[in-house]
Amino acid sequence: MNGTDLWTLAVIVGLAAVTVITRSFFFMSDKPWHLPAWAQRGLQYAPIAALSAVVIPEVVMVQGHVITTWLDARLFAAVAGATVYFWRKDVLLTILLGMAVYLPLHLGLGW
Amino acid sequence: MFLSSRLNRHPAFREGMRDVSPQSTGIAAWGLMTGVAMVKSGMSVFEAVAMTLTVFAGSSQLAAIPLIVAGAPAWVILATGFCVNLRFVVFSLHLRAFLIHLPLWQRLLHGYLTADLSYVLFTRRFPQPGHTPEEKLQQEAYLAGNDFLNWLSWIVASLIGIALANIIPTAWGLGFAGILCLLGIQCSLASSRMRILSSVVAAVAAVLAYALPLKLNIVFAIAVAVILCLTVERLRPAGAKA
Repeated sequence: MNGTDLWTLAVIVGLAAVTVITRSFFFMSDKPWHLPAWAQRGLQYAPIAALSAVVIPEVVMVQGHVITTWLDARLFAAVAGATVYFWRKDVLLTILLGMAVYLPLHLGLGW
Repeated sequence: MFLSSRLNRHPAFREGMRDVSPQSTGIAAWGLMTGVAMVKSGMSVFEAVAMTLTVFAGSSQLAAIPLIVAGAPAWVILATGFCVNLRFVVFSLHLRAFLIHLPLWQRLLHGYLTADLSYVLFTRRFPQPGHTPEEKLQQEAYLAGNDFLNWLSWIVASLIGIALANIIPTAWGLGFAGILCLLGIQCSLASSRMRILSSVVAAVAAVLAYALPLKLNIVFAIAVAVILCLTVERLRPAGAKA
């Protein structure tokens, strides 16, 4: 694409509005209503489910299919990262150790 | 929001920033690769910068770019962005009780700035909405501090990614640091058997439903995990506390 047209800018502004609308969806209106107790209880399971649904496919799938080989740098990095988290309770260590496992396997061995 | 002294002078603002700081390398690596990907897939630098500064939602940016480049109709692009963002609609249901006392524009601003990571860290720190005005202010200040550092790491890294797009090869896979960051937080939430169940069910559902378009597998997986956990709670009320 060469140059920038108004149409593209308008779409970008529209996407920003979509961000605001989706992230504020249920508190845009302040008309009082209460969530049923069962739904309230169910929401406590939503954060970990959302993370899991984002993370796990990025670790075990490639091009829309579950990987069929163990020789994938992401598997080893994820296991190392999770293990170090449960040992030291530090997300930064998860990122650093995970990347320290990932990069040599991925760039060095091409996994 | 960050500039409001009512919030940024509150001790909880710093606490919110402190809770994000271990994650900020992961967010930054992810922002960096999003910046690189935007330019590599055919956006002009100006458009990529405009997108970074306004849209502030990595997955919807990456989903929209090929459609913009291909000249798809605007409503298709916006509907795609909406579907890719559907998980935020679930988050907003959860955050409602925490924010509903605020004026509309402040609610919208908090909503806009609260992406995945801030939502998860906020609900981990505050499982219940505050009752007194002091508690509500503390929670709001924590959220603002959390949002601030998350926003800053993402925006700065994305802009660097846009600037260095032709130097940083995507093949390095630096974006995987963002996944590791979310994985670490996922581990930090796995504090009960029911939550671990929720995590496992969501993972399986997200993989099985991966063929759904527009990342709808994510919101599908959240729904399956929540419904299944509620059912298990009901079937075995003893020892199934979350």
